[in-house]
Amino acid sequence: MSAAAGSHTTLSVLVENRSGVLARVSGLFARRGFNILSLAVAPSDDERFSRINLVVDVAENSVEQITKQLFKLVNVVKITELHPADSVERELLMLTVAAGAEMRSAVVELVDIFGGKIVDVGSSAITVMLSGEPGALDDFEALMRPYGILELQRTGRVALPRTSKAS
Amino acid sequence: MTKMTGAQALIKSLEMEGVEVVFGLPGGCILPAYDPILDSPIRHILVRHEQGAGHMAEGYAHVTGRPGVAMVTSGPAATNLVTPLCDAYMDSVPMVAITGQVSRPVIGTDGFQECDTVGITRSVTKHNELVMDPDEIPLAVRQAFHLATTGRPGPVLLDVPKDVLQAQVDWSWPSDREVTESLPGYRPTVKGHPRMIKEAARLIASAHRPVIYAGGGILKARAADALRELAERTGIPVVTTLMARGAFPDDHPLCLGMPGMHGNYAAITAMQQADLLVALGTRFDDRVTGNVATFAAGAKVVHVDIDPAELGKIRQPDVPIVGDCRQVVAEIVRALATAELPDLSEWRSRISGWQQQFPLHYDPPRPGDPLKPQYVMEVLRDQAPEGTILASGVGQHQMWASQYWRFTEPYTWVNSGGLGTMGFAVPAAIGAKVGRPERTVWAVDGDGCFQMTAQELVTASSERIPIKVAILNNAYLGMVRQWQEMFYEERYSEVYLSPDLPDYVKWAEAMGCVAFKVEDPSDVEPVIAKANSVDDRPVVIDFRTDSREKVFPMVPAGASNDDVVVHPSQKPTERKVVQ
Repeated sequence: MSAAAGSHTTLSVLVENRSGVLARVSGLFARRGFNILSLAVAPSDDERFSRINLVVDVAENSVEQITKQLFKLVNVVKITELHPADSVERELLMLTVAAGAEMRSAVVELVDIFGGKIVDVGSSAITVMLSGEPGALDDFEALMRPYGILELQRTGRVALPRTSKAS
Repeated sequence: MTKMTGAQALIKSLEMEGVEVVFGLPGGCILPAYDPILDSPIRHILVRHEQGAGHMAEGYAHVTGRPGVAMVTSGPAATNLVTPLCDAYMDSVPMVAITGQVSRPVIGTDGFQECDTVGITRSVTKHNELVMDPDEIPLAVRQAFHLATTGRPGPVLLDVPKDVLQAQVDWSWPSDREVTESLPGYRPTVKGHPRMIKEAARLIASAHRPVIYAGGGILKARAADALRELAERTGIPVVTTLMARGAFPDDHPLCLGMPGMHGNYAAITAMQQADLLVALGTRFDDRVTGNVATFAAGAKVVHVDIDPAELGKIRQPDVPIVGDCRQVVAEIVRALATAELPDLSEWRSRISGWQQQFPLHYDPPRPGDPLKPQYVMEVLRDQAPEGTILASGVGQHQMWASQYWRFTEPYTWVNSGGLGTMGFAVPAAIGAKVGRPERTVWAVDGDGCFQMTAQELVTASSERIPIKVAILNNAYLGMVRQWQEMFYEERYSEVYLSPDLPDYVKWAEAMGCVAFKVEDPSDVEPVIAKANSVDDRPVVIDFRTDSREKVFPMVPAGASNDDVVVHPSQKPTERKVVQ
């Protein structure tokens, strides 16, 4: 699930908010045998449009071609390629970890360190929510694993370009 | 506002778009749309198989430049349309397809004759749409025609559920502005970048071995005149790809004919030796480039295309220009107005040396030999009335048709280039004849191809569409046979078809055609003359041709264009000319 930085490309695609558009977009990747590593879709500030955020495993020289092909789709309005250095990327993770009474404080301590939140507590497990950079989520996931992850869900990655720092 | 049914709104919308003819076949879900057809001035041509409707729409579009329209029902009819849609998509043919769909409440329940038409056709159309709101039918139709005909043309499909056709709608015809605003992601660039145009002109003015590489985009952009101006202003020789045959006259001194796998030696070699390729409306198809790494390796490239995705897809251009070919080429000519152009006479004379050394060639038949297919093409060509339109299927006969015909005007060649759809010729010729009824339309077909779509001759007979079909019957899937002979040690696997099964003359007659069989070379001329004189029904000639004939020149798949194989009786290929 985790998309390590470097070999991957993040595309932010502004599309018309209507049925079938996601299938058109994902179909272009599928027919070329490219895997979509992460996907997030939601309406943008303008309800006519949605933003699709894609992290794809595409070789550098193919990015330009797939971007052009995406842009040929009638329902695609704008495409921005986001480089990790020039953009802010976040993901949300929820996981349920086995944490009986004796382990609970250790788990809670880790959640606190990462700035996560406990959203549900049961007798033998707790459910934790954490948002942050994808790499931090990977680390957190790794640290939780020894306690026994019962369920885990991560959202696709959302990203926006960094704002200019020049005055 | 006028009240009407969705079906009436659909047909009225087609009328508003100026549609003269619809190729189609009715069925359950599209039934409501067939009722208002009875009261419409639109001519409906009832096909015998939905694939025929699609290829007819393509043939019509190829020769008229207007979008062809096919209308069929849901399920199997829609799937039968997939091949023509893909064909039109590959060759950028403007086409609008309308399919019936099961009623909205039934969609997704595996209803009778239901299939996911928009899902199935998504990757073979420029755009498609499931029309769920009856009031949106006129807008959907306007969008479809706008998308099919602007930018890079292509097929657009509208899938219309039966209850949408039956619903009551308030008729209103959307304005141009509404159409544009309803497509916020669609703004094709037509005007070339001025700096790039200047740069292109600079490269052209400094090249010593330039070649204009003209593709089908010239025809789509109605840019044949602009191309001719550019060639004549600069004296640069022109190759016309399979999709561009007729875009530049074959009898023009600057025309080198077709490049590529079965192109002319001179066209192939001129591109290989060029220092500049001016690529216009073309996509560096593998059938043209051969091995890409060694294709025109010493050439700079100016690439003009309306589709930005074509620029740099196969070959990185030195000067990429996104825009409409007619406008951009005219701009380039303007930019060259005051330029001092180099003398290209040495380059041209080198090319004419290749032309003389390696013209198209076939060995004349020895007594008792079967007909040479190339000879049949030559006689067809020489006897063709002025302005004849030529359609072809896919295979050896297609290559001989392209090689041996003399194209003197645009929009006289109808073929399936990108997809290579066997069976294209007969229905495409019918569509072409409907679009240009005053022209003679010949379909050159192979025996394998003919068997795939021949049933449309019933359509042609019953609708009085007098096309002519020349079957080059070599009793084989000829092109496959050629590859098996050359690359599979003559191990002929599943390519023999038999010359007599079916009996083509009886079959054609049963379909209402006049039919002839020709075996003797001396009969070729008189029978073609007879066929040319029939104008009230389709004609089919079964030419029994030599199955051993192969198409030359040939660049084997994946090989370099430097290694073009000429006809065995021609002298061995002259190796790379020193530059």
